[in-house]
Amino acid sequence: MFRKFLLSLAALLCAAQAQALTPAEAQAIVIGETDGRITALQQAVLNPDERKAALLQALADDAVKVAGGKVYIVRDDQATDPATGEKVALPDDAEDVINNNRMRGEIDTALAVLKLFSPDTKLRLDAARAMLKEPDAGRLPLLDKALAGEQDERVKAVLALARAAVLLASEDKSQRLTAAGALAQSRTPDTKLLLNERLSVESDAEVKAQLQSAIRQIDDSLRWGERLGAMFTGLSLGSILLLAALGLAITYGLMGVINMAHGELIMIGAYATYVVQGLFQTYLPGAFAWYLVAAVPVAFITSALVGAVLERSVIRFLYGRPLETLLATWGISLVLMQGVRSLFGAQNVAVENPVWMSGGWLLLPNLTLPYNRLVIIAFALAVLAGMALLIGRTRLGLFVRGVTQNRPIASCMGVNTARIDTYAFALGSGIAGLAGCALSQVGNVGPDLGQNYIVDSFMVVVLGGVGQLAGTVYAALGLGVLNKFLEGWTGAVLAKITVLVFIIIFIQKRPQGIFAVKGRSAE
Amino acid sequence: MSQVQLPATAPLLTRKGWSAFLVALLLVCALAPVLNLLVPQGSVFHMSDYTVALLGRIMCYAICALAMDLIWGYTGILSLGHGLFFALGGYVMGMYLMRQIGRDGNYKSDLPDFMVFLDWKELPWHWALSDSFVATLLLIVLVPGLVAFVFGYFAFRSRIKGVYFSIITQAMTFAAMLLFFRNETGFGGNNGFTDFKRILGLPIATQNMRMVLFVLTGLTLLAFFLLARWLVRAKFGRVLQAIRDAESRVMFSGYNPLGYKLAIWTLSAVMCGIAGALYVPQVGIINPGEMSPANSIEIAIWAAVGGRGTLVGPIVGAFVVSGAKSWLTVAAPEFWLYFLGGLFIVVTLFLPNGIVGLAKKLKALNKKPAVEQST
Repeated sequence: MFRKFLLSLAALLCAAQAQALTPAEAQAIVIGETDGRITALQQAVLNPDERKAALLQALADDAVKVAGGKVYIVRDDQATDPATGEKVALPDDAEDVINNNRMRGEIDTALAVLKLFSPDTKLRLDAARAMLKEPDAGRLPLLDKALAGEQDERVKAVLALARAAVLLASEDKSQRLTAAGALAQSRTPDTKLLLNERLSVESDAEVKAQLQSAIRQIDDSLRWGERLGAMFTGLSLGSILLLAALGLAITYGLMGVINMAHGELIMIGAYATYVVQGLFQTYLPGAFAWYLVAAVPVAFITSALVGAVLERSVIRFLYGRPLETLLATWGISLVLMQGVRSLFGAQNVAVENPVWMSGGWLLLPNLTLPYNRLVIIAFALAVLAGMALLIGRTRLGLFVRGVTQNRPIASCMGVNTARIDTYAFALGSGIAGLAGCALSQVGNVGPDLGQNYIVDSFMVVVLGGVGQLAGTVYAALGLGVLNKFLEGWTGAVLAKITVLVFIIIFIQKRPQGIFAVKGRSAE
Repeated sequence: MSQVQLPATAPLLTRKGWSAFLVALLLVCALAPVLNLLVPQGSVFHMSDYTVALLGRIMCYAICALAMDLIWGYTGILSLGHGLFFALGGYVMGMYLMRQIGRDGNYKSDLPDFMVFLDWKELPWHWALSDSFVATLLLIVLVPGLVAFVFGYFAFRSRIKGVYFSIITQAMTFAAMLLFFRNETGFGGNNGFTDFKRILGLPIATQNMRMVLFVLTGLTLLAFFLLARWLVRAKFGRVLQAIRDAESRVMFSGYNPLGYKLAIWTLSAVMCGIAGALYVPQVGIINPGEMSPANSIEIAIWAAVGGRGTLVGPIVGAFVVSGAKSWLTVAAPEFWLYFLGGLFIVVTLFLPNGIVGLAKKLKALNKKPAVEQST
């Protein structure tokens, strides 16, 4: 025992030199009573290296065996010596090491501490953050050591904060003051919590004032994060509304078809994504991360095909009878919903984010922009640009505009108006499918998916003005941001009601929407 | 200036019509009570309680369909928010029934159970009149009427019509549904009102009370039918139909459509409200689900299936569709939505005048050869 103590003392003194794990240390950690093991463990952690990390990881994974006072790490039926890492033969009488819950807790903490010295910057950063959240005076020497050896600026900053968080509880008043000052720079909700906790037990007036000023500083910067966060979620909702409404802008805005089954076309796009995901899982597991890239065209084509069939079989007989169209398409939506329920079941299905879309971009301490939302915003913009090009620059777009502006004249010019109707409707439906593909990445995919968006997307088109792409864009983004800001004040449901009431009042004033069509085509 | 020759006013009902009406009256007021209450159970002629409940419910739906027909079939305004008025009438009735529970609830409190659950100490202001039956009867008319009047005034004044109107009525009932789902609005949130015990101090779940409500619903339906018939025959009804067919021309002829539209819209809403108030004591529950846009659209399909622009049509439609629903949802639940969806499509594509229109057409086909032979 004494020898071990000396050893670790020596290790502490010459901290820069990495001290490898000795067989004795390994035995002390693995064999014996829990109390003794924990002491040994805590000692060992003070002077970490890779061998120790491996041993601790093995302990956590129950991959350690003991035979005749010797310790073995056994992975995949191959035993290794924890001290040297060399392969050795496992004696027949090896026994499993049993860890009780207390020991397990200690091992987990030790592993977290070891991460501070891992060669992986990201792991070190995570570990430092974890230390910041739970300051513990016993870890001060470790933090000091990590700080001394750390090269990465970001990790260094977090480590310094974690150190300040520990010192916040220090006996020395001047140390507390500096710590509070240092923590004020951190600007995260976590440190605010720490400062508040300290404030409730602090007795010294000067330190109290310093703590309060630090909290105020953090609050100021947090407020910015919150504002930007609300703005971003608003934009994100707006981009989703935009995707859902863009298809409608064609079928309803340009063609004048009230398509109540639009939401179900969105749902079909989402289910197409789900099917592609399943196919990739079964046949191309290696390329699974890129299934979404394949799902985009599949979702478009599936929904566009369904749309084309609908147009040819039902909707074309109802042109010029909007109320009947409304009822018939409502019927279609019921059939499609029930069809999906029969095929895939009434439960929601799971659509995973690909790896490259999970995680987020840490912009401010309390503001993380999730990658999937960023991708969807970019995707919505891309679809918008594509659609604007298609309608504005291509021959098909020209025909669509011609047919909507004056059907008989377009027909006289030799445009096959019936076919253009089908193409345009299929295009609108396909864009709904794209919306479904995007929605599958942020929300639940179930048979009722479309129902949630149909009222909203009609509102967007109506608000933006019929026949207006620009109006649709402004209305979608505006409604999204407005909705999220109201949510901050009034809660989600009241925000939604307020927005609906606002739209109803707005339509009273401007029945043509924000951007009214001027000229003869205006009614 | 020569007098415009107006066609002779048609009688309220033809001789045949009156006899059919009397038969319906007898069925509701005499035959159904006798078959249900006096004919012993087990007899072939016994009318089961289940049938009474089902028919009572469907007659409420038929009132809604009739109301929908007045506004859609005769005035050309498709409302996708009539479920809201139905639910409002139902909620007013439900509030009264909740107060009638008294201290017999689970918590033995004067307040309705859900308020005790939310830890409320006194009734919110909008419950003030709910313990009086007379006030409740008034509110059943006033609440849906007022909501419809205000909404309609603003909508019709700015000449919102066609699909726009349909969509904002749908948004209206959707917004109301979200509002009623909230606990703090004081309407029982998700669960709404249920567990009713008494009406006018009499126990509500007895066979006799059910029969009374059934007869009352039947009489209301027949009375509304006569009222509607009278309305559409009168000059008022003719203006409505003119608005449906060519609103601009009506305006050029010196009529202001606003008053006509507003009047029929409000009347239609009140009819739905009354239907809702009759519905709630019969089914014993009211919750915000009644306001979902899907329910309102179903009202429209009753009218469409039966035949818009006829008054018998919507009633027939309500019976056929709701009957099919209550049978199919038990026999083959997964096919109900296919059936309903298919119905929407088939009716709009092939039966623009509904069942009644089809019947008329068949009759005309049968007659034609006879006419040819005679000439």
